[in-house]
Amino acid sequence: MSSAVDDITLPARRGIGRALLRDPMGLAGLVLVVAFLAMALLAPWIAPYDPIALNVKAKFQPPSAAHWAGTDHLGRDLLSRIIWGARLALGISITSVGIAGALGLVLGLVAGYGPRWLDSALVLVFDSMSSLPMIFFALAVITVLGPGTTTLILVIVLVSFPSYARLIRTQTLSLSGADYILAERAMGAGPVRIIFRHLLPNVVGPMVILICMDIPVVIMLEAGLSYLNLGVKPPSPSWGNILAEGYNSLRQAPHIVVIAGIPLVLATLGFTFLGEGLRDVLDPRGAGRRWT
Amino acid sequence: MSAPLSVENLSVVYRVAGGILQAVRDVSLSVQRGEVLGIMGESGCGKSTLAAAMINLLPVGAEIRQGGVRINGTDMLKLPPAAQRALRGQSVAMVFQDPMTAFNPVLTIGRQLADFAGAHDPARATPDRLVAMLARVGIPNPARFLDRYPHELSGGMRQRVAIAAALLMQPDVLIADEPTTALDVTMEAQIIHLLRDLRTSFDGAIVIVTHHLGVIAELCDRVAVMYAGEVVEEGTVDAIFHAALHPYTRALLACDPAVVDPSSGRLPTIAGRIPDLTALPPGCAFLTRCTMALPACHNPPPRVLLAEGRSVLCHRVQP
Amino acid sequence: MLAYAIRRLGLSLLILIVVMTAMYAMVFLVPGDPASLALGPRATPELKEALRERMGLDQPILTQILYFFGNVLQGDLGTDVWSKRPVLDQILEVFPNTLILGVVALGWALIMGVLLGCAAVIWRDTLADRLLGVLSVSVISIPSFVVAIYALIIFAVWLKWLPAIGAGQKGDFASQARALILPAFAVGVGWVGYLARLIRASMLEVMEAPHIRTARAFGMSERDIVFRHALRVAIVPTISILAVGFGSILSSAVFVESVFSRPGIGTLITAAVEKRNYPVVMGTVLFMTAFYLAVVTAADLLIARLDPRVRDVLRS
Repeated sequence: MSSAVDDITLPARRGIGRALLRDPMGLAGLVLVVAFLAMALLAPWIAPYDPIALNVKAKFQPPSAAHWAGTDHLGRDLLSRIIWGARLALGISITSVGIAGALGLVLGLVAGYGPRWLDSALVLVFDSMSSLPMIFFALAVITVLGPGTTTLILVIVLVSFPSYARLIRTQTLSLSGADYILAERAMGAGPVRIIFRHLLPNVVGPMVILICMDIPVVIMLEAGLSYLNLGVKPPSPSWGNILAEGYNSLRQAPHIVVIAGIPLVLATLGFTFLGEGLRDVLDPRGAGRRWT
Repeated sequence: MSAPLSVENLSVVYRVAGGILQAVRDVSLSVQRGEVLGIMGESGCGKSTLAAAMINLLPVGAEIRQGGVRINGTDMLKLPPAAQRALRGQSVAMVFQDPMTAFNPVLTIGRQLADFAGAHDPARATPDRLVAMLARVGIPNPARFLDRYPHELSGGMRQRVAIAAALLMQPDVLIADEPTTALDVTMEAQIIHLLRDLRTSFDGAIVIVTHHLGVIAELCDRVAVMYAGEVVEEGTVDAIFHAALHPYTRALLACDPAVVDPSSGRLPTIAGRIPDLTALPPGCAFLTRCTMALPACHNPPPRVLLAEGRSVLCHRVQP
Repeated sequence: MLAYAIRRLGLSLLILIVVMTAMYAMVFLVPGDPASLALGPRATPELKEALRERMGLDQPILTQILYFFGNVLQGDLGTDVWSKRPVLDQILEVFPNTLILGVVALGWALIMGVLLGCAAVIWRDTLADRLLGVLSVSVISIPSFVVAIYALIIFAVWLKWLPAIGAGQKGDFASQARALILPAFAVGVGWVGYLARLIRASMLEVMEAPHIRTARAFGMSERDIVFRHALRVAIVPTISILAVGFGSILSSAVFVESVFSRPGIGTLITAAVEKRNYPVVMGTVLFMTAFYLAVVTAADLLIARLDPRVRDVLRS
């Protein structure tokens, strides 16, 4: 009777997309993510105005036909700033998560494959890095390097690579104990073959989920630090900068800060929903227990 | 007066990937006050599912297709959930197979017993009563036991506690699902001993589910032999052990290590396997393994009633 | 038990030392002189030299690091470059504000999270369960400082129910409590969702355990089973997550404190970062890390107390 539980099989790779489309939350996430990606890629063509062009005469305008989202304290078009802000937010997130993922992959492989002492040393590093309250770590680095986009990316990489390294290390260790890997080894397969043929295909799923779960955090961090004036420097249209400027002109034009929060909320929701949906599709064993 | 427990034409299925698995098929049984009924069979014959159905606590995926479970004449399956709950523990109590996992690991024994009793009658959940019940099942120093955690007790002790818990509300029916299977031999002997002692002081009906022929012989008055979800033979312990009629019962008894002639140098087994319960043939389920099969066995076997409480499901038996 | 506690604390201490050495080394590995960066381009060489000396930058790195740790052991976290006040005094002055914010936020999140998680288990697979699910994923992903800004606009600016900035009048409990509501809401709301999810998942796992079947077989009501038996088992893994999560609560607090201009560790450190006030930044990072490690260690010990099985393994 236990076979009833063991018989659940992973959907074929081809079915992943279809399964995701059937899940309303995953679908909503996918739509939002695609919309923001399109916004980021097409910003120069779809943004109605220059995001940093001043027009002080037209400051604090409420939403109108000319300026769908109104204008800010320097008369800049809010919608254009938000659209360019998507390019900034996603650009920084994808760059830093990409670097963090690559760094995590390398270090995780080194820890998993390398000698025992190196593994222990690296695990200590990963553990101490993730045992520090993230934000204080980030702030210390910013103090040393000074605020700016490069610092921001570096901070995000430093903060998020340990989780990727741990994932890869765990997978490597569990794989190297597997019988079929031993068999491959016995037949003379080198580590490169094992990494590319067996390890990487196995970690793609968890990596994608982790990335989807990580991007909202990174977007939040970018916007939050920029909001504190410690991230992307003004006048760059970071969502955090727009929020901070809107907050400062809360009395004159409350619409700015209200509108500026929306893309941030939608983008983080989108990636989270997509990540949740992907997880349910890729790892159906836990699906019954989780909320979908 | 109606029997404390009677099962009528009960069928239970599991929804599995391969279709519908028929775990219990058209089973009818009843137990009287003061009587001990054994339900015997190999693993996978449906006896544990039947036991779970008797208190309507089936695992997820199981479904009762037909039939009823009458407790003192009331069909439990037709009652609303709250009324079913009121019967559980109060009128029907259960002792489970694995005493290691049957108790909550982070609550003391006393707290759990008090919760079980308190679910029906807080007045019965007093420490004095709990201690008295623990003493009755032969636990030394019972007062100190209430503050112990389950993992601090041996398996045998936990099973004693489980039996004490079941007896707390003085139920009309006590169901023990493989009560000794998870224990080692000495513990098993002690628990059998305890259950035999309780028979004299307990006036309700007892159902013991086991694959262990020794337990049946030691404790039971009557036996129902199950195979592939059906009761294939039912009778007194004497009748089953000394004058078994169904070929399966005979084969099962011949396999008991306790009766095998050691000089033969080998253990007998029943050839073949249990049929696929998701695709049962129309005829006798034991047909493929039966050494005495007739051409008629391809048709559904008749239930031959030989006497009150004595029946066989076989073409070979004549009324 | 004692040996276990000592081992845990030892490991935490080791992590702390590794982290601080790394932080300190970073200041020197990076090109650019901290003193001239702090003073800006127009500082005279004499001024720079004076500041370098004050910050101890004229000594070799190793000496500085040892000196730093030596001072830390004596409870001296250094002196503010600008105000010349001891860093520890400044931290201790505002830390209670942050601590109260974190504890209240986590407290209400825990109560709501446990209730909603249990409700979802009792209503499993109904519409209410699904709605709670989507809602908790949503509140988890929305950044807390955005929640803070919206809460401020709605409840402080438009409705004028609650104060928009500050931590309330000193000594006036009512005004302090009123000033705490919006920040604690913003910091905790994500955790309501997170904890509800966690409790639900952990609970559903526990609900399949044989001892729950035993409780059902004895006729306990589903509500009693959930709250009296399953929750005790399900809460144990939650505690360690809660402790680790205190770190992210502190992170949210940094942003939320800035939104509400609430005096606290967050406002202290962000101001110091802007002014490149190294001693304050380093001191705060060290203090908060040590505090955080203490919380995590305490949680591990609490788990050992709550789960009698762990307790006995440790005792023997």
